[in-house]
Amino acid sequence: MYLLKEEMIAHDKTINIMKTDIDTESVLQIKNLNVHAGDHHILKNINLRIPKNKVIVLLGPSGCGKTTLLKCMNRLTDINKELEVSGHIYIENDDILNTSTNVPLIRQKMGLLGQRPYPLPMSIYKNVAYGIRLKGVRDKKMINYSVEKHLKEVGLWDEVKDRLHHSPGILSIGQQQRLCLARGLAVKPRIILADEPTSALDPISSKIIENLFRDLKLNYTIILVTHVLRQAVRLADNVVFMSNGEIIEQGSPQKLFKHPKSAKLKEYMVNGN
Amino acid sequence: MLYRRIFIEKASTTWMVLSISIILVLPLLIGIGLYVKANPLFEYMSLGDLICSSTWLPNEKEFGFLPFILGSLHVTFIAFCLSAPVCLLSAIFLTQFSSKRFMYFMHPVIDILAGLPSVIYGVWGIIVIVPFISDYLAPLFGVKSSGYTILAGGIVLAVMCIPYILNMLIEVFNTVPAGLKEASLSLGATFWETVKHVVIKKGIPGIISAFGLGIAKAFGETMAVMMVVGNMVQTKFHLFDAGYPLPALIANNYGEMLSIPMYDSALMFSALLLFVIILLINLVFRYFIYRTKKYE
Ligand SMILES: Nc1ncnc2c1ncn2[C@@H]1O[C@H](COP(=O)(O)OP(=O)(O)OP(=O)(O)O)[C@@H](O)[C@H]1O
Ligand SMILES: [Mg+2]
Repeated sequence: MYLLKEEMIAHDKTINIMKTDIDTESVLQIKNLNVHAGDHHILKNINLRIPKNKVIVLLGPSGCGKTTLLKCMNRLTDINKELEVSGHIYIENDDILNTSTNVPLIRQKMGLLGQRPYPLPMSIYKNVAYGIRLKGVRDKKMINYSVEKHLKEVGLWDEVKDRLHHSPGILSIGQQQRLCLARGLAVKPRIILADEPTSALDPISSKIIENLFRDLKLNYTIILVTHVLRQAVRLADNVVFMSNGEIIEQGSPQKLFKHPKSAKLKEYMVNGN
Repeated sequence: MLYRRIFIEKASTTWMVLSISIILVLPLLIGIGLYVKANPLFEYMSLGDLICSSTWLPNEKEFGFLPFILGSLHVTFIAFCLSAPVCLLSAIFLTQFSSKRFMYFMHPVIDILAGLPSVIYGVWGIIVIVPFISDYLAPLFGVKSSGYTILAGGIVLAVMCIPYILNMLIEVFNTVPAGLKEASLSLGATFWETVKHVVIKKGIPGIISAFGLGIAKAFGETMAVMMVVGNMVQTKFHLFDAGYPLPALIANNYGEMLSIPMYDSALMFSALLLFVIILLINLVFRYFIYRTKKYE
């Protein structure tokens, strides 16, 4: 848990080495996942494999259960007491839905990026340091190092380095969203869960986030929900189309969008964007 | 047709401006009225003497208000110390930890408590709290007490303030967005850490204002406190002694205020004091909220 600075740098290096030999073994596997809220069957028997270091785009009409699926993956469904979740989600051979592992440790394996940025009510610096401190790191130098590194990773460092101890409220929405990404990366997740991360942003900020994702996929697996088909084409290695709580079709964006099999996807492509 | 609509438009705006002016002018009028009525008193004693003297002999035209000011402060202080932690913890429990069902069940309970007239709290104080203090609590500390004490006033006042403050705090914590909690949780915080670092922190301006309004309300509360606090003119802060808060002074004596010269002015002055102190409390808390919002 407690890494020294040298070890952290070494850790970063190993990730860099891994860039070259991208393997496609799956990091996350969902089996027979069902979610109910009372009588409402929100997710119906979901089965899905998520390969490593790829961008997987979840697509589907509003209310089809994309957000719920993401929340299952880091057990945020726990805080909604009316949701009943059953099935299996394996991350690194650990079934996170039926495990003795502490839930906070599971959640640290996933970075969550929401539809709107939700900066925590503390300074910019503390926002990024929050997750690092929760991991038990106390060494000031190491926290400083991490904060700087991850703010640089999202290209925010130069913009905020003189204002680290200000409230995030002074940043633009696009900058806040990058801050949220940075603080998520600071806990060293394996997977990034992004729920329409650009839907509240202007085109330029969206572009910045998109480009970040393209770089991040070298080190992380990204599961991205989006309503923008063009964004899906630009970013996705794999597209999963959902409707009404079910997975209808999946495949590479070229295949899926050129030759949609189901009527639902055809309809979504016409009306969806 | 258009005429009619424009007329209605104008008329409704006028009404709104009128209503808001009334709200703005009313406190000013009350303040001025009280000041004018209290003015004769200032010819006998200076403002400093009125506030700082503790000699209260109306028949000899000695009006020292210190005992009453202190009485109010003591009772309010006890009430705040008792009710604030209870309200904070219950509001956190109700909004963050309990099920929706329990919340639905609690709402009417809180509303009933908030709606009870203060006489009922007073009676409850007399039949439960006062004997409890005189028979059990005071002997426990080796003190002899009638039970009609500052402590009794504080307890009754605390119970009265709880639903009032609790309702506001529930409102405050409900407005903390779910996305913020999810963000903290997904960074690996436990639920309690999330509540501590995010929910409470985000709610601080709201918490301060709820406490502020609660204190201001407690300070002016009259009936229930008057019934249990003993109403003895003295300045000591001792839990098992009687006290005499400002509002009780007014309520107890307005009937005979014309029988003693200057007494009416003295009572008006105490009303003015109450008015100013509550205004000050509000201003101080507004300032706190402004500060915390700025550095949030
Ligand atoms: N806590 C809950 N209780 C009851 N029903 C819920 C709950 N959360 C989600 N649902 C229902 O589950 C369904 C899927 O919701 P979800 O938010 O996952 O949709 P979505 O695909 O993310 O939609 P959008 O594209 O609009 O974000 C909706 O019909 C919603 O009403
Ligand atoms: Mg959604």
